[in-house]
Amino acid sequence: MPRPSRLHVPHAPARPGEAPDFSYVRLSPAGSVARPDVAAAAVDIENLAVELIRVLDDDHRALGPWNPHLDVDVLQVGLRHMLLTRVYDDRMLRTQRQGKISFYMKSTGEEAVAVAAAMALRPSDMLFPSYRQQGLQFVRGAKLVDLMCQLLSNTRDMCKGRQLPVMYHSVPGRLFSISGNLATQFPQAVGWAMAAAIKGSDDLAATWIGEGSSAEADFHHALLFASVYRAPVLLNVVNNQWAISTFQGFAGGEQRSFAARGPGYGIPGLRVDGNDFLAVYAATEWAAERARKGAGATLIELVTYRAAAHSTSDDPTRYRPKDDAERWPLGDPIERLKQHLIALGEWSEERHATLAAELGELVGVAWKEATNYGTLTEGPRLDRDLMFEDVFKELPRHLIEQREQLRRERT
Amino acid sequence: MPQMNMIQALNSAMDITLGRDPAVVILGEDVGYFGGVFRVTDGLQRKYGTHRVLDTPIAEGGIIAASIGMAVNGLRPVAEIQFADYIYPGYDQIVSELARLRYRSASAFAAPVTIRTPCGGGIRGGQTHSQSPEALFAHVCGIKVVMPSNPYDAKGLLIAAIEDDDPVLFLEPKRLYNGPFDGDPNKPAVPWSTHAKGEVPDGHYTVPIGKAAVVREGREVTIISYGTMLHVAEAAARALGLDAEIIDVRSIVPLDVETLVTSVAKTGRCLIAHEATRFAGFGAELVATIQERCFWQLEAPIERVGGWDTPYPHAFEWEYFPGPQRVGAALKRVMEAR
Repeated sequence: MPRPSRLHVPHAPARPGEAPDFSYVRLSPAGSVARPDVAAAAVDIENLAVELIRVLDDDHRALGPWNPHLDVDVLQVGLRHMLLTRVYDDRMLRTQRQGKISFYMKSTGEEAVAVAAAMALRPSDMLFPSYRQQGLQFVRGAKLVDLMCQLLSNTRDMCKGRQLPVMYHSVPGRLFSISGNLATQFPQAVGWAMAAAIKGSDDLAATWIGEGSSAEADFHHALLFASVYRAPVLLNVVNNQWAISTFQGFAGGEQRSFAARGPGYGIPGLRVDGNDFLAVYAATEWAAERARKGAGATLIELVTYRAAAHSTSDDPTRYRPKDDAERWPLGDPIERLKQHLIALGEWSEERHATLAAELGELVGVAWKEATNYGTLTEGPRLDRDLMFEDVFKELPRHLIEQREQLRRERT
Repeated sequence: MPQMNMIQALNSAMDITLGRDPAVVILGEDVGYFGGVFRVTDGLQRKYGTHRVLDTPIAEGGIIAASIGMAVNGLRPVAEIQFADYIYPGYDQIVSELARLRYRSASAFAAPVTIRTPCGGGIRGGQTHSQSPEALFAHVCGIKVVMPSNPYDAKGLLIAAIEDDDPVLFLEPKRLYNGPFDGDPNKPAVPWSTHAKGEVPDGHYTVPIGKAAVVREGREVTIISYGTMLHVAEAAARALGLDAEIIDVRSIVPLDVETLVTSVAKTGRCLIAHEATRFAGFGAELVATIQERCFWQLEAPIERVGGWDTPYPHAFEWEYFPGPQRVGAALKRVMEAR
């Protein structure tokens, strides 16, 4: 080219070998952001898309108008779900490294995003997760063994071997089938919410997307339909800073917050400390109340950090500083809730260690049981005829023939 | 001659075209700093800078649409879609825009865009990392579609695609990135250095789009395939001791009908193998074309082998994959028919 390029290309704040730099993350002091009425007009509360809703401060106190004032036992249940999520993630990663499952995706550092939100919703609300909200499963009562059997694609696999690991679903838990394609669930959740409104029910839908996936057109379809029909839906953007190797600036995060996309569509945008259990709970509660009152959708940006690799196929040391996660200014969600409970005199390091050991034991026992139903390489296997089922409700002629052909092939 | 695997050969093709033509730009998810999730663009951003090797938002529709705009303004974009399974958000831009721009504007505008994307299964990718969607694009008028089966062809075809003045969909069978594959997942992996087509010149060369390759000459039966299945079919014929003529289609659109027809007219028997689902797969077009041109020379019905007409199931990868048993059984049928 005869002249130098004038294109702006975003630069990651820090790459391997450089010091982590989070100066780009705009923080607000805990307790400093006003909590408006749930029926407030979107145009009057645009500040919420810029400031950061936080409840827990650095001294582990719960401050300000967003404090949801939860009972101690609720906090302890939240801590337990988050810790179980982490223990489960760590153990399942190890099983992948041992070749027992083909693939895994951890949610380390993002446990509050899923757990606090699910606890703030009603069991009848429908959830449309992406692949990194396993905490929703635990809150909604999923059995460890059932989740593990999905990871193992074994004889008890709820997906009958069709899906990659972590692509769970639950009908009683009201958890929609997770897709390996990105962002597709976001506008579907809006459709579910529109149907709830058409049917006159109080139920709402909640959905989660990564900030990276919010680049897909599906994100905009969701906001538009949610806005036009004032659908009772919670649209959560999990801004964990990294989409595999691509930092959030490439999803448009350099210019404005992701929450700020809401006001552009006439939807309130809340920018929330995603590592603050109480803030996530309070924001979800606010948005749910708003939706149930008929005031429509809310876009919630959960500012957090993907502390682990994108998946077991990824190596983040190739593209970000090794100590990035430790330097993340919003800390760790489990540690913060734990310290808050300790500050309240309702928890201790000893009780925490005991709980961690107990959860480790639960996960270990469940794993043992799950592997009895088969692994990818050993033990009983799903009947291969199942491969042809569920393409359609009724098995069509050509698939019956192909099933017969496979039987002949394998005898 | 240097040895390269398919990843290195593709990387070399882009390196050479970036170096020769300042209009060439690379764009896609994770292709820049990281060098791509399969490492195909490794080192290119370091060498050519962030303005010629661009990381993009996760928006396949945006990547392809932006590539069209760049191409109309004189650039020659090479867009990567991280997995062929993720190309569908860009389908409208490909089908309605990229493929038809030249036609609708009577050549007033054209968009020489190359879209690279890994396809096919065999890596435990489940239904969202295993698809072979070539037929969905072969059916669209105005975009060329190619799929190499080895490093030599991969490099030569990719350079030809980037230099082509029409859009090209360049499908990379990801199971072949690191070595040829005969369809048996239990055998140890074989590197490309053991294969003649793993010898790849360092410099510029092209493999013409629109030309099939006769990989092996033979008299008894013609095997027509492409991508991963070429190697599977070759091994199946060898196991049966058949004197098979093996043809690598390479270019799905435009199709080298003459090479296919000449061979089938000679052998009188034909088997077609692809990994994609069978129903309305590209094999159907091949069968129809050969039937039209070779009806009086055929000594047996043409056999067609493909994946089952189901999504690609994670737990049943090798029951789904049209492996040596399915190909072998079909070969026996085509040889026994009188």
